[in-house]
Amino acid sequence: MKKTYKIDVDCANCANKMEDAARKTEGVQTATVNFMTQKMIVEFAEGREPGAVMAEVRRACQKVEPDCEIFL
Amino acid sequence: MQEHIVNGLLLVVALLAVVLQIIGARPASGMTRKQKVMLWRILAATVLLLALQLLGAEAFQPLGPAGRWVRLGVFLADYLIVGHDILRKAFRGIRNGQVFDENFLMAVATLGALALAVYENGDYLEAIAVMLFYQVGEWFQSYAVGKSRRNISELMDIRPDYANIQRDGRLEQVDPDEVEVGTVILVQPGEKVPIDGTVVEGTSTLNTAALTGESLPREVEAGDEIISGCINMTGLLKIRTTREFGESTVSRILDLVENASSRKAKSEDFISRFARIYTPAVCYAALALAILPPLVRMFALGLDAGWETWVYRALTFLVASCPCALVISIPLSFFAGIGGASREGVLVKGSNYLEALSQTRVVVFDKTGTLTQGVFEVNGIHHSELANEKLVEYAALAESASSHPISKSLQRAYGKEIDRDRVRDIQEIGGNGVMATVDGRQVAAGNGKLMDRLGVPYLPCHSVGTIIHMAIDGKYAGHIVISDRVKPRAREAVRALKAAGIQRTVMLTGDAQAVADSVGRELGIDQVYSELLPAGKVERVEALLEERPSGRAKLAFVGDGINDAPVLRRADIGIAMGAMGSDAAIEAADVVLMDDDPMKIAKAIRISRKCLRIVYENIAVAIGIKLICLVLVALGFANMWLAVFADVGVMILAVLNAIRALFVKRL
Repeated sequence: MKKTYKIDVDCANCANKMEDAARKTEGVQTATVNFMTQKMIVEFAEGREPGAVMAEVRRACQKVEPDCEIFL
Repeated sequence: MQEHIVNGLLLVVALLAVVLQIIGARPASGMTRKQKVMLWRILAATVLLLALQLLGAEAFQPLGPAGRWVRLGVFLADYLIVGHDILRKAFRGIRNGQVFDENFLMAVATLGALALAVYENGDYLEAIAVMLFYQVGEWFQSYAVGKSRRNISELMDIRPDYANIQRDGRLEQVDPDEVEVGTVILVQPGEKVPIDGTVVEGTSTLNTAALTGESLPREVEAGDEIISGCINMTGLLKIRTTREFGESTVSRILDLVENASSRKAKSEDFISRFARIYTPAVCYAALALAILPPLVRMFALGLDAGWETWVYRALTFLVASCPCALVISIPLSFFAGIGGASREGVLVKGSNYLEALSQTRVVVFDKTGTLTQGVFEVNGIHHSELANEKLVEYAALAESASSHPISKSLQRAYGKEIDRDRVRDIQEIGGNGVMATVDGRQVAAGNGKLMDRLGVPYLPCHSVGTIIHMAIDGKYAGHIVISDRVKPRAREAVRALKAAGIQRTVMLTGDAQAVADSVGRELGIDQVYSELLPAGKVERVEALLEERPSGRAKLAFVGDGINDAPVLRRADIGIAMGAMGSDAAIEAADVVLMDDDPMKIAKAIRISRKCLRIVYENIAVAIGIKLICLVLVALGFANMWLAVFADVGVMILAVLNAIRALFVKRL
């Protein structure tokens, strides 16, 4: 399953860091952060509940980039 | 002297911060809260620094020995006001194992400079000013990028917010997502058409500029199909939806454009790989610069080590090395390029395709629907015994019962309502043509075989296409040539491609050789392959891919997306044109031209060239200036001031240059 989330991030490099963090999160198949459109596209692993996984993704992202925000 | 320059600079920064703060107070400025906070910090730090400058070190003299530490404390406070977030981020980076980034560089450089200043009880100004100007640069970058990002997104934003539905005689605005297929929606003048559909009532003019880049408005009336994303200009329209919102043209286009920059181009990958090696490399180089020369001086040359000089140079080296300009400007250039192209009706599905498009050397066309209009038309009337209009009229009337494309094109050429009462005794002769009585005269319309059968001598035609010979009352009355018409700008388009540096143009078609060769000659195409089956087209393209001179010369295939999806996929770049209605084409193609004007192909290539030129300019200028600065710093010709100005200056130049990629209208 694939979902798109609106995000708020300041710099292109920070967006790359978020992408890395999201990809490493458990339950995420693959993730793409598009800095220009301020969007995060997440593909979830089979049978994972997006809400719970996204809370985890958000925590991971804010650890590497405290200024970022993901609107769930 | 230098003091005056510094004070002047600080004054300028303070004034700038005040002016920007005033601008930021207006909601239209689009300044975020974070940017405003930063601006306050910059302003506070600048004013404090300016005050400290004017007071001078003497002001702390009366405090006695404690004066030195009070002075340090005040400067330190100023440093923290402007740079605390950089220190925090650098620390966090180290803790997360991502040590080398620009925050780390700045933190080490400024803290090092501060430490040197404490040691020498001298000039704290420099470390703080470097941090201050770095933050000013970052602020401008974030504002410029944010602003241009929003501008580009707004230009591309053709997303309709609502759909009007009539419910109990009242107009109600609903979410387009909730509208089911077959619902009648209302579109008022000035509103966007939210969902694809057919007009059931009303006439109007549509502005399709947002979709196709075509500024000529389109007239619609009941029965016409219209696509979402157009703006209704004049009349009220009632539309029966034929798709769901998610499947509608506008949603699909948005999806495509928004995901476009997720596909990274080689040059983008190059930058991220470069940054990964570059930052650690400069850190180690700075370390070497701080340690090696003093050691050499001490042990090999027997001179004084001069630690302060070399540590200072190493710190300056760190400031100068910041790679921000590259990291930000490359994706911004691509984004602007894709945005600019989409405004011209050229949808590029990713930065990688924009890059490939700029390297195109061979363009392969499909004939029908791409270079020709794909609809059959009366293209000539020869040897007519009657007025041309009369001949067409007789032919159209005689063929009025048929639904064959040929008879449809005759009826279109006639252009008036068919009065069926004038036609009697219609007789279709399979594979030959028709015979009928029109206005009491015996009309026969068909091919040569029909004329032979009737025993009427006829004149063969030298034109290419389908020939309809006419006999009236048993006498030859001339013939009508019906053929697929070459698009009006196709010839010009082929020439424009040549001018844009395309080395070879090729046309593939399933059509007969005579027709294909004649079209090819007319348009000035280099090579024509005719009578190909769809599978044969794939084989041809594969052969052409083999023949390419080198791997960097890319091959583009242009088709209308109808039964050429496999070829679109096989080519380096598949370009689908006039693909507004065709899902398969949008799916298979890498570049989608919204209208079917072949001139857009050359335009797309020119847009991609411009964008890539900007990307390379930015890479070359940013890396070039960086290297020069690094060398100057290492040799001791530049101080920290120059280093930070070089960094901020290059970044601003690169961002401004990147935005140029958006302006492609006159290309």
